[in-house]
Amino acid sequence: MIWDWIPRNQPLILGALGEHVVLSALPVLIGLVLAIPLGWLANRFPAARALLIPAAGVIYTVPSLALFVLLPVILGTKILDPANVVVALAVYTLALLVRAVADALAAVPRSVILSATAMGFRPPRRFLAVELPLAVPVLVAGLRVATVSNISLVSVGALIGVGGLGRLFTDGFERNFPTEVVVGIVLSILLAALADASLIGLGRVAAPWTRVAS
Amino acid sequence: MDSGGVMNLFSWFADPAHWTGPGGIPTRVAEHLSYSGLALLIGVVIAIPVGALIGHTGRGGFLVVGLANALRALPDLGLLILLVLLIGINLVSVQLALLVLAIPPLLAGTYSGVRNVDPAVVDAARGVGMREHQVLLAVELPIALPLVLGGLRTAALQVVATTAIAAYVSYGGLGRYLIDGQREHDYTQMAAGAVLIAVLALVVEGLLASVQRLLGLRTAGNRAKLGGRSRSEFVGVRS
Amino acid sequence: MIEFRGVTKRFADGTVAVRELDLVVDSGAITVLVGPSGCGKTTSLRMVNRMVEPTSGRILIDGEDVSDKDPALLRRRIGYVIQQVGLFPHRSVEHNIATVPLLLGWDRKRARQCAAELMELVGLDASLAKRYPAQLSGGQQQRVGVARALAADPPVLLMDEPFSAVDPVVRESLQDELLRLQSELGKTILFVTHDINEAVKLGEKVAVFRAGGVLAQYDEPGAVLQSPADEFVASFVRRAGS
Repeated sequence: MIWDWIPRNQPLILGALGEHVVLSALPVLIGLVLAIPLGWLANRFPAARALLIPAAGVIYTVPSLALFVLLPVILGTKILDPANVVVALAVYTLALLVRAVADALAAVPRSVILSATAMGFRPPRRFLAVELPLAVPVLVAGLRVATVSNISLVSVGALIGVGGLGRLFTDGFERNFPTEVVVGIVLSILLAALADASLIGLGRVAAPWTRVAS
Repeated sequence: MDSGGVMNLFSWFADPAHWTGPGGIPTRVAEHLSYSGLALLIGVVIAIPVGALIGHTGRGGFLVVGLANALRALPDLGLLILLVLLIGINLVSVQLALLVLAIPPLLAGTYSGVRNVDPAVVDAARGVGMREHQVLLAVELPIALPLVLGGLRTAALQVVATTAIAAYVSYGGLGRYLIDGQREHDYTQMAAGAVLIAVLALVVEGLLASVQRLLGLRTAGNRAKLGGRSRSEFVGVRS
Repeated sequence: MIEFRGVTKRFADGTVAVRELDLVVDSGAITVLVGPSGCGKTTSLRMVNRMVEPTSGRILIDGEDVSDKDPALLRRRIGYVIQQVGLFPHRSVEHNIATVPLLLGWDRKRARQCAAELMELVGLDASLAKRYPAQLSGGQQQRVGVARALAADPPVLLMDEPFSAVDPVVRESLQDELLRLQSELGKTILFVTHDINEAVKLGEKVAVFRAGGVLAQYDEPGAVLQSPADEFVASFVRRAGS
């Protein structure tokens, strides 16, 4: 291990880290935004559920590397394009979260929905004021899994030339330089831990009623 | 996907040359399955007894769940490359990387499976005079099987996916089509490799899911417990 | 007052839940719908706030047909209390009670004040205002449910077996509370129960339903007990006092 490599190569390391943050965060946001309406559909219409959930399962099963290559082939874009990683991971996140949203909405007690309707909530407002907030805890759990997975998967993108911390891995391999690889691994884990902790905190803030003992 | 690309893909698969020899599809599939299979086998031998013991005694459970979650943060590519750089490009380094990724879900699955067995059933088993190891082997493990298999599913997928990456460090397996294809700018080969990897993953998943479902039906009495444990999915266990 | 005119409810699978119901519910009184399970009492109740739509017949509140109004707006003017309470777990007690006022567009301060007054009215300690439903006992939750139903001062209150899920001691105190509230507020209350004792205790008028959604007898409690209209009512009220 050559530790002074680290300060000497700060720009390289920080650049890779910055890229990595963007490449992991974007798919989660996109996936989340799309998962809410799709999850609502899957919960509301059994036919939609029968279609969307198995489809999500199939997508989630395909290894990320294969997805990075297959998506551009299907969409007609260039394979070696960073956007592919974002799109592929967004699709991954979507596949994971659709199920989470659908299950979370299904878990809202019927009596709560009933009384909301009986008090005069119309369906859209009821969804935003009652059902969605109650789905938040499960959603946050799904987001944690998705975010941490994404952070790990972005580095696989280095194999098709996309940036992020994965560059430290491929570079370290080609130069036979373990230090660089270790730096990449440590940063990756730290990033994941930070993201996970942030989401836990966010979940507590967004769902204060789950914090109280009953 | 433009029609030219599809045609290229079809003709690539139709080409008999791609089905023979050390670079042929059967060879690569066999390589892929043997690396994955070996890692899974070792993983099962290590993780299931440990998970079962921890689940049975209840001690250390927090560690197991924490570990399974934490290891999701470990970048597969980084781990693989590090081990290869330290140990060299050989079976040990790749298997070690695969094991590090396969063991946590197996551990978590076995642990939660044994933990979720109806305590009344365990109590009854002890009550009729079974010894602890008999309770574990004859009662808890069989009932825990569906969740154990859930852990196996997660581990299998993780291992198949990482084996594809192993091609980068000059190993065999279906990942080679992706890596070689990229170096030779042969995008059809890359696409073909991706298709093969995807199909393999889906087949493995499908098989294990069916086995899990069959086993779940036989222990229908505990299904209510399993249904409530869909949280286990977020520990990394597929169900 | 609430009027049922020839109201029938037939479900998709052919079951007739309510059959040709003609009933006039007096204003300012508690009217109890009582009968065995499956007799259509709950379905009848739920047709008043259009949670269920009648197959035929009309329901009028103070002379106006309920089907002429926007259901959401109609429901904001009717209080609804159910057995499982259905409080919003993600909102504080205070916020739960203020639900309809906020829906009606009251400003927060007025809504919060109203909630505080209601908490006092139903006998809930003010310190519970910021707590979450999960932190309350069953009896306390049901009081919040009642407060929530009364918040916007609706003229009509629908109560569907609201006290059936609590233990007998709490149930009795809740019943007494309801009677006290009614003496102060004078609402038009339609109350559903399967318990003839509860019906007789609370109702100024009692409507006994027979299986199949048929009204067997509608009279003051004393009359129902002493002069049952038929064999069914007679056997049903025989359980009174048990």
